[in-house]
Amino acid sequence: MRPGPISGAGLARTALPPVLLGVAAVLLWQWAVVAFEIKSFILPGPFLIGEEFAANLQNVVNGMTVTGRNALIGLLVGAVLGILAAIVAALLRTVDEMGAPIVASIAVVPIVALAPVLYTMFGAGAETARQIVAGLAVFVPVYFNTLKGLRQVRPVHRDLMRSYAATSWQATKTVTLPTALPFVFTGLRIASSLAVISALIAEYFGGPVGGLGKSITSSASGSNYGLAWAYVLGSILLGLLFYAAALGLEKLVSRRTSG
Amino acid sequence: MNNHPAQPDPALAVEVTGVSRVFTVRKGADVTALDNVSLTVAPGEFVSLIGPSGCGKSTLLRLIADLDTPTAGEIKVFGKAARQARIDQDYGIAFQQAGLLPWRTVAGNIELPLELHGTSRPVRRARAADLIALVGLSDFADKYPDQLSGGMQQRVAIARSLAESPSLLLMDEPFGALDEMTRERMQNELVRICAETRAAVVFVTHSIPEAVFLSDRVVVMSPRPGRIRDVLSVSLGDQAQRGENLREDESFFQGVSRVRELLHGEAPAGARGVETR
Repeated sequence: MRPGPISGAGLARTALPPVLLGVAAVLLWQWAVVAFEIKSFILPGPFLIGEEFAANLQNVVNGMTVTGRNALIGLLVGAVLGILAAIVAALLRTVDEMGAPIVASIAVVPIVALAPVLYTMFGAGAETARQIVAGLAVFVPVYFNTLKGLRQVRPVHRDLMRSYAATSWQATKTVTLPTALPFVFTGLRIASSLAVISALIAEYFGGPVGGLGKSITSSASGSNYGLAWAYVLGSILLGLLFYAAALGLEKLVSRRTSG
Repeated sequence: MNNHPAQPDPALAVEVTGVSRVFTVRKGADVTALDNVSLTVAPGEFVSLIGPSGCGKSTLLRLIADLDTPTAGEIKVFGKAARQARIDQDYGIAFQQAGLLPWRTVAGNIELPLELHGTSRPVRRARAADLIALVGLSDFADKYPDQLSGGMQQRVAIARSLAESPSLLLMDEPFGALDEMTRERMQNELVRICAETRAAVVFVTHSIPEAVFLSDRVVVMSPRPGRIRDVLSVSLGDQAQRGENLREDESFFQGVSRVRELLHGEAPAGARGVETR
């Protein structure tokens, strides 16, 4: 069923409780920091983080741009490769059987652990290593979900296509790909946050400065705890942005294709 | 009944001669789904295949549709090999599951076969609109399958099977998943549609009243191995005259009890009480 336009009252009812909970949590946090005189290197209060965030907004946004760009490039390349590889594996069983252990091993490897090696391969001054790390992290869920989706064609649809004497390309276009689409988007949604996390963590292992990961470590080692937390806040926002974009795209496409 | 003047007018819509189908199961134990089955269907004739589960009635239909190939024997559809008939789109098919594409509207689903075979958009549109009217869904042309009831989805599937005006309809328990009320209404509609289109129908069912109500002839099958036990001419009159009151008619009840006897009773061993269901 198509969802109707969300009414104002309905929106308030769904959005208000989490907002209230969030505000309450922030106030409780601030109160605890003040009441128990918690040192800022242990846990700074949310107001201090907010102040630092506002004062260094330009730096945080710059950091988000650098890390976000790496994550986006990784996401796009990893997703395209993942989808293409899944299509090939779905068409050729031998490729699937040969590739399965390799893909499984990629899935098992802690991908960010590759970062130091990649920095030496591509030079510590380039962002390439981070983009590759993000791309690898994206590839795995996109590949597996797409491959699963491509195998979801119902027998009745396969019979139908055969009864129509449809060519294999016609069958792929009219049945296989639309059936797989929701699975592809599930993969992309998982991959979107993985891309940000991987690109950010990869910065901890070296490479050029400017990204959120580097900024968090350098502020923390400079005893600038409020600022470090402001960068963490920036990372959360960036992750949310990616997730929301993937979710929005999924909703848009599934509304148009599955009614 | 010469719908295709360009083609040689074949005497028979379907001709099944000595067909067997053996499924090879793992561990070497073969299952004989059909054993030496022969059957003919005349153009415009409505033939039901009825029998308990495992009697091979669906297998036989799938063989006629060339969705599966026989182990032995020959199948001709309008005088051609089954494979050629499939490629030439000589039949329309409907399954127990409606099998609609959920991302297409009702109209889009009905247009699907026309689209795949290169019919132009305006012709497709017009044809789909006619068929939607035929199955009484004019208000639902732009709805998606998950917005329809099971009966409505099945009507869309039937409309889709009629899209290319086939002279043969193959139907595999199309009403099997419907409730009794919907089922009877759908049967009435099918009788009307068949009278209008003059297509031959091979109809798989496990409902005795359904087979008797719809058919010119009922083919009663027995399982393990799948064989034709008997063929019963129902002859309840012209399809156009069949209506709701036929279900109350004495000849209808007689047909039902004759099919029931053939299904359950007069087995060669005469073993009453061990009815295979």
